[in-house]
Amino acid sequence: MNEGILSNVLIAVSLTLVLAGAAAVVFTRHPSKQAVVLSYYGLLLTILFVVLQAPDVALSQVAIGTAVVPLIVVLSIRKVSAIRADHHLEEGEEGT
Amino acid sequence: MNHYAYFVSVGVMLLGVAGIATSRNLVHTVVCLSVAQSGTYVLLIAVGFQYGGVAPIFGGQVGSRTPVVDPVVQALTLTDIVVSAAVTSMLLALVIQIAKRHRAIDPDRLGRLEG
Amino acid sequence: MTRRIRLIVLGVGIAAFSAAMLLAFTGMPRFGGDVHAYRDAAVAASYGHDTANAVSSINFDQRGFDTFGEETILFCAVVGVAALLRPVHRERRREVSDAGHVLESTGLLVYVLFPLTVVLAVNVVAHGAVTPGGGFQGGVILSTGIHLLYVGGRYSLLRKLRPLGWFQQGEALGVVLFGALGIAGAALGSALFANVIPQGQLSDFISAGTVPLFNVAVGMTVCSSVVVLLASFLDQALAIRAERGNGSGPDPRSGPEEGTAS
Repeated sequence: MNEGILSNVLIAVSLTLVLAGAAAVVFTRHPSKQAVVLSYYGLLLTILFVVLQAPDVALSQVAIGTAVVPLIVVLSIRKVSAIRADHHLEEGEEGT
Repeated sequence: MNHYAYFVSVGVMLLGVAGIATSRNLVHTVVCLSVAQSGTYVLLIAVGFQYGGVAPIFGGQVGSRTPVVDPVVQALTLTDIVVSAAVTSMLLALVIQIAKRHRAIDPDRLGRLEG
Repeated sequence: MTRRIRLIVLGVGIAAFSAAMLLAFTGMPRFGGDVHAYRDAAVAASYGHDTANAVSSINFDQRGFDTFGEETILFCAVVGVAALLRPVHRERRREVSDAGHVLESTGLLVYVLFPLTVVLAVNVVAHGAVTPGGGFQGGVILSTGIHLLYVGGRYSLLRKLRPLGWFQQGEALGVVLFGALGIAGAALGSALFANVIPQGQLSDFISAGTVPLFNVAVGMTVCSSVVVLLASFLDQALAIRAERGNGSGPDPRSGPEEGTAS
């Protein structure tokens, strides 16, 4: 029974962490900070999957959720800000 | 504890939806969509969990009589994660395209542009 | 729709959805209970085909056709991304230099980690039927390992080590291989995606019939897909810029190319 309580606590803690992590991702309004938070959130999900005895899922979550998707998000943010910077440069030239 | 895992999964999904609705940046919107989708992972894995169950990898100590957690929902979640990555990348490619066209990625301003 | 109305609609929707979910949860079986009908059937089927990893057995043996559909989703999404992000005629490609201030230790770590990741990925794919892992995980790990070179600040090395054409072929080949294995099941056995090869002994390296072959096919597709995907985004973020009147000057925001990738 002792083990039961321990696993209960573990599950409850990791579930709460996931919920808090999701809130953190959603309420981080700055996109490039959000990519970092998203990566940590992926890690929290991985911990939850390990606790709930799903090693296969944890493995793919750690590879996709903490590495590939945040990397794509970072690259998109960089591209978007490059487009805007180009645009501002152009506007400045046309203005003068 | 009885239904806490299910509440967490719905909570994660609703947080994602709220993020989508209040977002001011399309990249942020796409990330919120992926958060909303991650609620389904939690729900699926929680449905298949069993106290005392071990991971569904047989051999060694784990035989056909050992209680294991549900492998069906784990296979579904695996599929879910890969599809989520595909959807996210597709949407981000579209966001880049929108940024090239309109120079704005605030959904509110885009709405006026499309008029 | 103004922002105010949208927030009101959102509030009503969340309230209604929460109420419906609360109602649904009261009728659901208890969390962590021991009644899992699908589990019992899937475990029996997994044992019947001597596949140690039940998740792999479900993905590639019992529900092979679904996984084929899912692979097609991935394939189409990557083709879509590559089509959307290809350079158009008003854009030019600039040279990306990778001279920069990457820490020596980071560079060294990358060179140590890169071969390790490749070995790990191959191992994960090969033992997909026996231990946790399989084609999906191994494929993603392999492609992540290849992109460690970018974190190490060697974008040019990454471009050399990553013949993109091969990966584009590899992606298609993986999907075709997966389909061919499925049709082989129909030709040699009873049904599409049937497990027709003798299954051997549970937990042996060579066991579980066609499952390891499917793992290899999926690993190929997933690895190539992620490489093509990241290549499209990397190109857009680093190399492709809109054509401008005097766009040949050095980029004013010089030096973000070697930035760390997180």
